[in-house]
Amino acid sequence: MNALVLVLRAGVRDLARNRWLLAYAIVLGAIAESLFFFGGTGNQVLLSLLNATLLLVPLVALVFGTMHVYASREFVELLLAQPLPRRAVFAGLYLGLALPLAAAFVVGLGVPLALHAASSDAPWRALWYLACAGVLLTAAFAGIAMAIALRTDDRLRGMAVALGAWFVLTIGYDAAVLALVSAFGDWPLERPLLGLMLGNPVDVARVLVLTALDAAALLGYTGALFRRAFGTALGPVLAIAALMLWAVVPYLFARRRFLRRDF
Amino acid sequence: MISFDGLRKAYGARAVLDGVSLGLVPGRVTGLVGPNGSGKTTLIKLLLGLARADAGRILLAGAPTDEDGAYRARIGYAPQSPRFPENLAIGEIVAMLRALRPTATLDESLMDDFGLRAEWATPVGTLSGGWRQKVSLACAFLFQPDVLILDEPTAGLDPIAAGVFKQAVRHAREAGRTVLITSHILSELEELADDVAFLTDGRLRFAGPVSLLLEQTGMRRLEPAIAALLGGLRLATTGPGAMGAGRDARPA
Repeated sequence: MNALVLVLRAGVRDLARNRWLLAYAIVLGAIAESLFFFGGTGNQVLLSLLNATLLLVPLVALVFGTMHVYASREFVELLLAQPLPRRAVFAGLYLGLALPLAAAFVVGLGVPLALHAASSDAPWRALWYLACAGVLLTAAFAGIAMAIALRTDDRLRGMAVALGAWFVLTIGYDAAVLALVSAFGDWPLERPLLGLMLGNPVDVARVLVLTALDAAALLGYTGALFRRAFGTALGPVLAIAALMLWAVVPYLFARRRFLRRDF
Repeated sequence: MISFDGLRKAYGARAVLDGVSLGLVPGRVTGLVGPNGSGKTTLIKLLLGLARADAGRILLAGAPTDEDGAYRARIGYAPQSPRFPENLAIGEIVAMLRALRPTATLDESLMDDFGLRAEWATPVGTLSGGWRQKVSLACAFLFQPDVLILDEPTAGLDPIAAGVFKQAVRHAREAGRTVLITSHILSELEELADDVAFLTDGRLRFAGPVSLLLEQTGMRRLEPAIAALLGGLRLATTGPGAMGAGRDARPA
């Protein structure tokens, strides 16, 4: 069997039995279920789940991913001591991390949403976009986590960098954009701001889901610009393409580091 | 035959290996000794391709160890601190490693001798350090490799398991395999090693048969002999044994 598949299979089997990953899925499910329980309609629940997804998915992927890479260091050395190409080992390790994380997200949110599908008025398109955004954010932040852990040998420092990255991308980025707008309000900033929005996967994921909902007020400043510029037809395509790019670029950075570094 | 030729490796400004040349011969057990931070693990990592040398080369049976890693099919490695995915069972780890080398002839005797089959379904995360070491050693010997690299192999092993391991090393020597062991337990190396290579500050200070080292230091045991070397006794280097020492293996 292919080396990549063997490494991937070991990673998936290991994380499928990981209690923290199980807890992640249960927490997501509990959030969704409690939102339905307290009388939310489909759209309201979806918006709340979107906010939870934008905060939790990057946090869990970054913290769990970074810790997982550090904990796997000795096993990685053992794998690299086998007659395997480094590329295959890295691809197996990445997919062995990202796929179980994405599966936990899909199962955690998917089960309560499926249970309440009959009574929900949320558009199917928005549900698919939420699933797509969660999976692609997981892929992107798992890659960022691997890049951080492979770049920083000190575990404590690596965790601090991971948490810093989460803070910047989920909270700090939009605040910085707003500050920029305030400072240069007289300038035509729309195009640069659209570029800036594509530079943050969390913003892109938010816009992707909200383009399927009538909730322009929740888009945030960059999101509102995005919707105005691209409307509802081109916007989701561009957002998904940008998220896919965000999944690929950190992966390539981490892989480059993995191929070159000493263990 | 493994040849390390003029190996240099630095991490930042610190030279961990500084021009190390050494030969390891089939059918002999070599003990690699030296104080903490002397470069033992780095030498092993260079051989395995886990790290890249700044200068020098490594030849395995006359061929340079290359980038594609195919040469590692001839090597069995037991690391200093073995760790496996916590939620995988011993059986799953062994099955995975076997699948990675599907054409290798297997020797599962150490699995039986260590009693691993009784714990086949036990997740590795619940095992003690000694049991993990047993899994690691059994996996290193599993493929009957030409070369065995064992980094602190008896750390955490109980006396019975250590005895089983030593017997396996003797069998490997009789089968003509090249065995490299690092250990701080010199009495153990005295039992097993035919040759000794002594590293300190990244330089090879002695390489040759254990008997030569004892003779030249006037000691009866390996531990005081190594202490004498560390103390700065000037020794002749290359012994009459088959093991070759490089230009750096000069009198300290």
